[in-house]
Amino acid sequence: MAASAELTPTEYIGHHLTFNTHPFGDGPFWMLNVDTVVTSLILGIVALGFMWWVVRGATAGVPNKRQAFVELLVDFIDVQVKDIFHGDRRFIAPVALTVFLWVLLMNAMDFLPVDIMAKIYEHVFHLHNWRGVPTADVNTTFALALTVWALMLFFSVKIKGLGGWVHELFCSPFGSHVLLWPANFLFNLVEYVSKPLSHSLRLFGNMYAGEIIFLLLWMWATTGTADNFYSGTIIAPVLGLGWSIFHVLIVALQAYIFMMLTIVYIAMAHESH
Amino acid sequence: MDKLQLMAMVQASTGIGIGLMIGLGALGACVGVGIMCSRFLEGAARQPELMPQLQAKVFLLLGLIDASFIIGVGLAMFFAFANPLLAVLR
Repeated sequence: MAASAELTPTEYIGHHLTFNTHPFGDGPFWMLNVDTVVTSLILGIVALGFMWWVVRGATAGVPNKRQAFVELLVDFIDVQVKDIFHGDRRFIAPVALTVFLWVLLMNAMDFLPVDIMAKIYEHVFHLHNWRGVPTADVNTTFALALTVWALMLFFSVKIKGLGGWVHELFCSPFGSHVLLWPANFLFNLVEYVSKPLSHSLRLFGNMYAGEIIFLLLWMWATTGTADNFYSGTIIAPVLGLGWSIFHVLIVALQAYIFMMLTIVYIAMAHESH
Repeated sequence: MDKLQLMAMVQASTGIGIGLMIGLGALGACVGVGIMCSRFLEGAARQPELMPQLQAKVFLLLGLIDASFIIGVGLAMFFAFANPLLAVLR
């Protein structure tokens, strides 16, 4: 952060919410958020690498604590998938596990204190803008949600066949009369568009709003000494503690909800009428 | 009109808009969560042995009901700090 000039609140928040972008071509579409990509890649490698490492040393006898933990996790996900999807779970359950672990770790980056991490990024890595929470970037959540959406379309076409899927697109849920085709199509279109939108924006909104509320609270805490000692410096850390505890719940809950919706959408795509 | 005046008008309207977004969203979310939790308490009182499963479902539904509200809060924060309507004036 600039130490020479004094930051206004907007500049402070703006600095903390600016991505480290790298242009790959002309136009705003080709700007890559390097911080998001690098952080999510590293976390993905950590999450799946941990699983792979534990599974590699797995024994059928008495498990050690690491293996017991991974078994608990896999069992938990398996039970969730089994409750919702009554077919062959061998593809969906690993998708659910990957999504859950990855989103959980990406959300958990929000636990790291903003200003300390900014100092580390600035002085150790010499990066002036770096946002550490990948899921607070709408691109990440949309990428995950669009992948789930693509899986949904793929399984729909695979189970019902291309002709059957198009038939269902135009003839359900109102009926197969020709005059009802536009109504059916509009209905299905809204359903198909709203699913990835809500899926991604729910996760993004929770993480982004959480970050902003943290920034606002810490700004209030540091500027509280200016006019009234009691307002900022005392109340803001109390509120900050409350919000931090709540945010722990939100991080885990949003990862769980993302996973559950992934399972539900793919399971719904397997239904045929 | 004076540019400062125009900016003040845009900011005032944006402020009211942000308040409405967050307020009405919170209203809807809280009423919805209240109704859902009251049904959960009723169901738990009828069948206490189902309480753990119902509680898991309650948390899932809490996240789903909160979704539109949190999206609204995110959008409101976006308008508060990086107001695109002001960019037209610059």
